Amino acid sequence: MSPKSVDYANLLRTQYIPHIWCPGCGHGIILKAVLRAVERLGLDKNKIAFVSGIGCSSRAVGYVDFNTLHTTHGRALAFATGVKVARPDLHVIVVSGDGDALAIGGNHFIHACRRNIDMTLIVFNNYIYGMTGGQYSPTTPEGSFASTAPFGSVEPPFDVCNLAIAAGATYVARGTAYSTAQLDKYVEKGIQNPGFSVIEALSQCPTYYGRKNKLRTPVDNLKWQKDVVVSAAKAKDMTPDQLAGKIQVGELHHGTRPEFIRTYQTIIQRAKDAALAE
Amino acid sequence: MKIKEVRFVSGNEACAIGAIAAGCTFFGGYPISPSSEIAEFLAELLPANDGRFIQMEDEIAAMGSIIGASLAGAKVMTATSGPGFSLKQENLGFACMAEVPCVIVNVMRGGPSTGAPTSPAQADILQSRWGTHGDHPIIVTCPTTVQEIFLEVIRAFNLAERFRNPVLYLLDEINAHMREKIEIPEASELELIRRPAPPQAENWGFPYRRNAEGVPLMPDFGTGHRCHVTGLDHGETGFPTGNAEIRQALHHALMAKIDKNAASIYKNDLFMVEDAETLIIAFGSTARSARRAVELLRKQGRKVGLFRPITLYPIPEADILKAAEGKRKIVVPEMNLGQYVLEIRRILGHDIPIAQVNRTDGEPITPDQIMAAV
Amino acid sequence: MVERYEIRLSGSGGQGLVLAGVILAEAAAIHDNMYAVQSQSYGPEARGGASKSEVIIGSEPISYPKATSPDLLLALNQESFNKYAPSVQAGGLIVVDSDYVVDELKGNYRLIGLPMTDLARTQIGREMVVNILCLGVIQELTGTVSREALERAVMHRVPRGTENINMKAFALGIETARKHKQEHPNG
Repeated sequence: MSPKSVDYANLLRTQYIPHIWCPGCGHGIILKAVLRAVERLGLDKNKIAFVSGIGCSSRAVGYVDFNTLHTTHGRALAFATGVKVARPDLHVIVVSGDGDALAIGGNHFIHACRRNIDMTLIVFNNYIYGMTGGQYSPTTPEGSFASTAPFGSVEPPFDVCNLAIAAGATYVARGTAYSTAQLDKYVEKGIQNPGFSVIEALSQCPTYYGRKNKLRTPVDNLKWQKDVVVSAAKAKDMTPDQLAGKIQVGELHHGTRPEFIRTYQTIIQRAKDAALAE
Repeated sequence: MKIKEVRFVSGNEACAIGAIAAGCTFFGGYPISPSSEIAEFLAELLPANDGRFIQMEDEIAAMGSIIGASLAGAKVMTATSGPGFSLKQENLGFACMAEVPCVIVNVMRGGPSTGAPTSPAQADILQSRWGTHGDHPIIVTCPTTVQEIFLEVIRAFNLAERFRNPVLYLLDEINAHMREKIEIPEASELELIRRPAPPQAENWGFPYRRNAEGVPLMPDFGTGHRCHVTGLDHGETGFPTGNAEIRQALHHALMAKIDKNAASIYKNDLFMVEDAETLIIAFGSTARSARRAVELLRKQGRKVGLFRPITLYPIPEADILKAAEGKRKIVVPEMNLGQYVLEIRRILGHDIPIAQVNRTDGEPITPDQIMAAV
Repeated sequence: MVERYEIRLSGSGGQGLVLAGVILAEAAAIHDNMYAVQSQSYGPEARGGASKSEVIIGSEPISYPKATSPDLLLALNQESFNKYAPSVQAGGLIVVDSDYVVDELKGNYRLIGLPMTDLARTQIGREMVVNILCLGVIQELTGTVSREALERAVMHRVPRGTENINMKAFALGIETARKHKQEHPNG
């Protein structure tokens, strides 16, 4: 479907635009993919809770015309869990950055996966803490430069998707700001998945990550995304040597496990039966 | 009052039963002594009463979950103790700023750090008032008997809802674990308050526009309004603002909401205060020791009385001044090294001698200790 | 009924003394219509360690909930006897398990030793019911709480399926104490 048919103005709080993101930032591209998914799925705006933490990506919630909640740093999934458990009929979508979701919010990330609670998390991964001035994050590639890694990061990064799969998320996909058609599909399928979905969206931060890592212009960054990725389907036939330095994109996991809200519904029934029996 | 049921229960169980009676439909918790029984009872009681219980991955998440659930319309509670209360502070500040009704039970134990997990203390009085960063409004209540734990938790929910503000509910290891008889009133006897509703059924664009009490008319999520909630400084619309005037007005409005309505939040219990020459000011479990001391001293013909604040914050300054008027001596026992006494000294000044009785060895303050100080 | 009667039940963790205290206090508060408070101190261990359960019963509302000088002390082992006997009220009563409390301190109290743990083990066949057996002993010796009230509270509080053996243990406690009174008419 052509993006032109999407009525973005209906989904945005246009009075709060222009947004605060830097020129060339990938976050707006990813947000539009989310809006297209919402439109295509025909979701009722009143029935969407859009939840974020702190950081550049987290400002996305202010611009969309849903029930929106801008929480504390790292805690979006914890707040969102409360929203979902109290109002299971709401579609809960959480947006988070790499630092927000994987560092300060790492514990909530793995436990939301483990619970397999019916929510969708979109990680805007730009490899850096943008809002605080370009410090290295848990996804910053080893050797990359950041304001707190002036000699290159010495820490190995997390693979967001492998972490999500290992922790129990039932839909896990990775896309890029470069390839929006793919990303649209992943977000849409993530929202449809009756369980916890994680979509890692590679974003670009020309202001900090790019400037410190020889990717000065937005175009340089997008080209890097285009060149570094390999589809998961293709990767199956590649040797470890061929895969070195590559990032796999695609639907990396789609499984089924009991979902928290539905399982808890059976607990409610059992508790009521037990109370009646007394 | 029509009584539905008489039971013999612990303070923690009374707290859980009271929460259900208050209309609590969501509890997010994390295990910590000596509060864990509250979570255990609610894990059983909530699903049978159309509520939901979740054990979160940590204390911070527990606090976050109740804020989310409250914004989605539930009456919410969590329970913790000292170390967990420290961890909750940032999100507690969010709840103050975003004006999210919630009840946080703190079954106090000693500290700092792990302290003494299974011994009583009243160590978090000042942390309750000033634990989170920034100036913020807060309500702190502190019951004494098991019956009162049941009744006051209902009041805590009502205050949280009425003012859209966190209410901190302070128990301690003694009254949380001791068992007494409670009388549970018929549901029809209980007045339950729900948060103020927005003035229109949908598309209300001013979630932080205030009613006459200064409380925002916020809609719940999923009710057709699509509001924005943030911990950033914001205006009536709920959206962040850099406007200095709006930001200043917000901070004043947050404080005024509690300060201007304080008279309806105060609650004190006075025992033989009128003719007393010496006044004991005590709260929580320590007030039981103090009351015993008064009983025993009165038998000896000594004129001693007890002022027991049930609402610790906002602090009932005028009531304390009035109770202390004409007294020769004030005695403030508390299971810490002197916290609430700082407020008492501030209020009463230096003209009247104030004696402290403090203990942090994990044992309760005894009536004997208080009698010696009188 | 006195204004305030303090009871301390002591022994090791796992002997069910907290439950015994709860039953005693519930019997007084719910079924005998008196005021009662039960409290306990506990350590980090789930089993073993020292255990103490306290009950205050009175005709008036109870302010201070802890026992300061108990009118009645139950001590099921030597350690708790040594620790708590000195705090017993002058003229108070101490009931000990005569198999486990062998060194008796002199003091201004009445001391009664009965082989309660052994009776539970040999007569009822379950050592775990010693706590309820002790309640029978206490009922018969002090009369602080009525037999009917205690029986109702025991039935309400013991685990389902154990009502019969617990009621047998309770009756045996009463019988044992009665026999002791007959054999020692002067205490």
